[in-house]
Amino acid sequence: NSEIFELKAELNSDKKEKKKEAVKKVIASMTVGKDVSALFPDVVNCMQTDNLELKKLVYLYLMNYAKSQPDMAIMAVNTFVKDCEDPNPLIRALAVRTMGCIRVDKITEYLCEPLRKCLKDEDPYVRKTAAVCVAKLHDINAQLVEDQGFLDTLKDLISDSNPMVVANAVAALSEIAESHPNSNLLDLNPQTINKLLTALNECTEWGQIFILDCLANYTPRDDRESQSICERVTPRLSHANSAVVLSAVKVLMKFMEMLPKDLDYYGTLLKKLAPPLVTLLSAEPELQYVALRNINLIVQRRPEILKHEMKVFFVKYNDPIYVKLEKLDIMIRLASQANIAQVLAELKEYATEVDVDFVRKAVRAIGRCAIKVEQSAERCVSTLLDLIQTKVNYVVQEAIVVIKDIFRKYPNKYESVIATLCENLDSLDEPEARAAMIWIVGEYAERIDNADELLESFLEGFHDESTQVQLQLLTGIVKLFLKKPTETQELVQQVLSLATQDSDNPDLRDRGYIYWRLLSTDPVAAKEVVLAEKPLISEETDLIEPTLLEELICHIGTLASVYHKPPSAFVEGSRGVQHKRLPGSAGSGESVDSPDTGSAAGVSEAPPAVIPSQGDLLGDLLNLDLTPPTTTGPPPPTSGMQMGAMDLLGGGLDSLVSLLYTVDSMAAGFGAPPAVMPTSFNAPVSGGLDDLFDLGGGVGMPMGSYSPPKTVWLPAMKAKGLEISGTFARRSGVIQMEMTLTNKAMSVMTDFAIQFNRNSFGLAPAGPLQVLTPLSPNQSIEVSLPLNTVGPVMKMEPLNNLQVAVKNNIDVFYFSCQYPISMLFVEDGKMERQVFLATWKDIPNDNESQFQIKDCHLNAASNKLQGSNIFTIAKRTVEGQDMLYQSIKLTNGIWVLAELRVQAGNPNYTVSLKCRAPEVSQSVFQSYEAVLKN
Amino acid sequence: MIHSLFLVNASGDIFLEKHWKSVVSRSVCDYFFEAQERATEPENVPPVIPTPHHYLISVLRHRIYFVAVIQSEVPPLFVIEFLHRVVDTFQDYFGVCTEAAIKDNVVVVYELLEEMLDNGFPLATESNILKELIKPPTILRTMVNTITGSTNVGEQLPTGQLSVVPWRRTGVKYTNNEAYFDVVEEIDAIIDKSGSTITAEIQGVIDACVKLTGMPDLTLSFMNPRLLDDVSFHPCVRFKRWEAERILSFIPPDGNFRLLSYHVSSQNLVAIPVYVKHNITFREGSSQGRFDLTLGPKQTMGKAVESVLVSSQLPRGVLNANLNPSQGTYTFDPVTKMLSWDVGKINPQKLPSLKGTMSLQAGASKPDENPTINIQFKIQQMAISGLKVNRLDMYGEKYKPFKGIKYMTKAGKFQVRT
Repeated sequence: NSEIFELKAELNSDKKEKKKEAVKKVIASMTVGKDVSALFPDVVNCMQTDNLELKKLVYLYLMNYAKSQPDMAIMAVNTFVKDCEDPNPLIRALAVRTMGCIRVDKITEYLCEPLRKCLKDEDPYVRKTAAVCVAKLHDINAQLVEDQGFLDTLKDLISDSNPMVVANAVAALSEIAESHPNSNLLDLNPQTINKLLTALNECTEWGQIFILDCLANYTPRDDRESQSICERVTPRLSHANSAVVLSAVKVLMKFMEMLPKDLDYYGTLLKKLAPPLVTLLSAEPELQYVALRNINLIVQRRPEILKHEMKVFFVKYNDPIYVKLEKLDIMIRLASQANIAQVLAELKEYATEVDVDFVRKAVRAIGRCAIKVEQSAERCVSTLLDLIQTKVNYVVQEAIVVIKDIFRKYPNKYESVIATLCENLDSLDEPEARAAMIWIVGEYAERIDNADELLESFLEGFHDESTQVQLQLLTGIVKLFLKKPTETQELVQQVLSLATQDSDNPDLRDRGYIYWRLLSTDPVAAKEVVLAEKPLISEETDLIEPTLLEELICHIGTLASVYHKPPSAFVEGSRGVQHKRLPGSAGSGESVDSPDTGSAAGVSEAPPAVIPSQGDLLGDLLNLDLTPPTTTGPPPPTSGMQMGAMDLLGGGLDSLVSLLYTVDSMAAGFGAPPAVMPTSFNAPVSGGLDDLFDLGGGVGMPMGSYSPPKTVWLPAMKAKGLEISGTFARRSGVIQMEMTLTNKAMSVMTDFAIQFNRNSFGLAPAGPLQVLTPLSPNQSIEVSLPLNTVGPVMKMEPLNNLQVAVKNNIDVFYFSCQYPISMLFVEDGKMERQVFLATWKDIPNDNESQFQIKDCHLNAASNKLQGSNIFTIAKRTVEGQDMLYQSIKLTNGIWVLAELRVQAGNPNYTVSLKCRAPEVSQSVFQSYEAVLKN
Repeated sequence: MIHSLFLVNASGDIFLEKHWKSVVSRSVCDYFFEAQERATEPENVPPVIPTPHHYLISVLRHRIYFVAVIQSEVPPLFVIEFLHRVVDTFQDYFGVCTEAAIKDNVVVVYELLEEMLDNGFPLATESNILKELIKPPTILRTMVNTITGSTNVGEQLPTGQLSVVPWRRTGVKYTNNEAYFDVVEEIDAIIDKSGSTITAEIQGVIDACVKLTGMPDLTLSFMNPRLLDDVSFHPCVRFKRWEAERILSFIPPDGNFRLLSYHVSSQNLVAIPVYVKHNITFREGSSQGRFDLTLGPKQTMGKAVESVLVSSQLPRGVLNANLNPSQGTYTFDPVTKMLSWDVGKINPQKLPSLKGTMSLQAGASKPDENPTINIQFKIQQMAISGLKVNRLDMYGEKYKPFKGIKYMTKAGKFQVRT
């Protein structure tokens, strides 16, 4: 059009002044979005000028249109090359900066030479601009940058004398390193660290961020180096730029791990960290949000830093909602006996605010306080009751959900409030609240006069309820039935049939069938199962898993820290990310706090973890000779109460069951061990399959329980010609005593029988010894004798010693043998991570024993161990050492916790065992050795 | 680093975009708009929003969302701080930071953004350097530019970028040499129903306006420096000297800048300069509520409390308020339920009060929530923390400058619960 035409004429004018005015007009048109790309050749022609303003304008134009006019853009190359040698450093820098912005492949090659010169320019301003240009070029053509050796030049710039050059080199390298995670681009050594620390004091705020983030990747050699870096980084805490402050916090949080805790400086540093964090909270809400997400991590790792600063987390009513919710979370984390009164008063205040989400979270927070700070529980409960009295629907519902948890934590303490809760039954319309209320009614059915009516009222709309409510209702009514069998028979039949016949939800049906079967076959067992004493819920259920927390602490200030997810979740595509770990502290080996890190809290959604009560079971082992053995089978029906229940069920349920033939046949499977392997997923598979799975690379497929080779237990000489060799194995959860009986005498042997003496774990034959045909001379027979663990108990020396008597038509013979204790490791021996942590801490250190396993060469130790029911709960790697945290449960309920340390290339493993009954440790260790070496 | 920037107005239109690397499609902002729709209030949009390939980090200032797009792991605070710098720069250049001002100055805006980041790396964010590069628009220059199509790109290159004191221009000259410092403290507090302080803290700043010739080297000392145990400095302050002697020593930037900000935490005793007596009640079954509010000064060391503004979000059930202020004027917005009372100055002899009734919807139940009262005020010639400057000295130059220190206390987030 005419405007373009006019401009074209002006651009080609001979008069300098006119040319300049024309370029200005072109730029003005460009910035307001008019397409002036048609003028490309004319504008580029103006580039060769001494007039700086004109040059800048042409550069602006070039950056904008080069991409769409790549062929034309080549015309500009010559000028760039020339400008990069201009005597004025500002022009050289401007040229190199603009060059990198021209994202045209064809051109980039021509720009390598000028860039190389600029990287070594005598003027720091040019070098610093060139450093960024390398990152730009890398973005366009990574291969070219590597081939040209620019990365090495960039690395050299880290040692530049000018702080701004250092900062930009670090920034460029950090950006490039993100696409080359393993390239060691930022290979830090004490010399470079020193350069960085010097540059830190003198460069711009942005440069300080880059340098601090880079420093955070370094691992100091010892605590002294660590301290000296901390000392030089601490002044950054007073910077006005909050990003500088948070990056400094990251470096300090990481490096202080290495400082001995008794060092004066350690305490000083802790004190210095609080004020800057508090200050971040007075900034704009967006900054506050990022700060709060990070403080949440810091508080979990080092609660002592902010323990006196509770008040700054109090919510202002006009804080944005995202700030309010974060503050609330931190308030709960900081809640302690010292400040709980204040916190509760605040939470109660929040519960009357307008924002529904916030109010709900505040009510929940009150419950969490009750569970966390025992002394405050009573106060919390009465606060919750006050809130229930407000009758605000969602407040009531949240309050009931948390009160359920409080009951779980403090049983038999606050049940007096149940009446108040029941009054609000009708107003509950959220599944979680309904389920919680039903749980409460079922759990305390014996104290609620009209429990049956209450539960019945829910049954009407059973199929409209959510699964959560249905399951809870089923369990609740079964509990009620077991407690008040006489009046509730009809109700239980109703719910069982609703759950099994009318529902297509598999979970609900299965649970229904299991209850049904239990009730009809063994009501006493049903009672033991359904009304079993509940384990207490643990204090904090929403802690970040310690290994993740460690990693996140190393990434304070990043997106990862905002989302509380590992950085690998953030990098686009498959670029790997190296996992960062906190360095171990000086003096104490990393094993000291390893159980912390090995365990893992479930993420917030996870159900509250449970702590097994071990008292009784322990008692059994410790008072071996004192008490008659307890059996888990049905005891003789002596008590009138139990008789009653049996009768009732016999009459009521059996008839129902017989009607449901299909159910019965299906449930029949529960009685005998199943034929194949479904009950326990680590049941051994046949040899061939086993090998196949092995080849599969050991992807978590267990390899079957270890069984030692047979040895001679009873030599023929000692037993009038009968030789017995044997071993033990565990198959599908059943202990088998496998024997070869050989007749080395001259006459036929018949009438075999076997008996065990009392032993440490109550092992006893589960049936008679099955030798059906008479054993002829020189004949051998293989027998498998299933064992149970409900026999009489006596502590043996060694613990796993078993005295056996075998009888035949000739005589009675005695022998003793030792079974590997791994036979007693049960299939459900995998502990919850959190429980593991709690238990590990709970067991006194005196009970810990450590063993060495020498010459072990294995790739998949944990798979192999899992085959023998030694379960790996967590694994972490510290300096090339794999730490496996494992749990084992014995048939008598004793838990053994283990930490297995494996160093790559070192055939010697270390295993530490912790158990409340330390006498089993030696045998357990032997099993470890046997399993690992076979 | 920072990939792109979008400016979005309250109605959800993108009115400006700038890309420092390749172009990112506008459609990336759809994720932001979704979040904006979900938010009940404009300020409730979360500051970090993930999208499948990018992250959006935004700040809301002057009712404009500044949405930065990043593609890789970049510290969010770095982005937020940079966005603040962009806002400050716009305000500095155009006097206000509004959609209209930005649209009117779109060429300057692009030029500024181009200089502030290079490939996403911060390049020139200091106001001093930027002003050397790009002249701020004046009415005259805008007119000339419109006519001639000329631009604001400076003919100079930024010499300051080469200097060891990058925050100061070289060759500064004034006929009147002056250095003014304003100590401004904001008090944040939450006061409970009964009038006792739940938490109170002070955010203080010392803002400076320094117009001194040459390369002056200043020192500033305080009567009571121990109050300042949590401070953030302008980069010009020599930290070592502060650590050792508790003296601020610095070569100042030219013009206006923030020398220092500090925080006096709730653990120190913070004086509360006003008190509120209130009685806001609703009775069950009645469609009327009582409203009774009286303000008074305390702990003000005899200084007047001025520019007092009281606001409160009344419960949703309130239809109207019929009140009688003893001074000033009040408004009640029946839609937002916001009550605000412009009190003016508090006269200690005749305390201001606001009394009357609120009408509720007939038959509605008594509101659950208790309104919070927000108070704004100013007190001249006093820093509520007690901070006092001892002396200001200048070295390195021979002339005698004018010096001045002003003190002021204002309410920050000052809330009274009822």
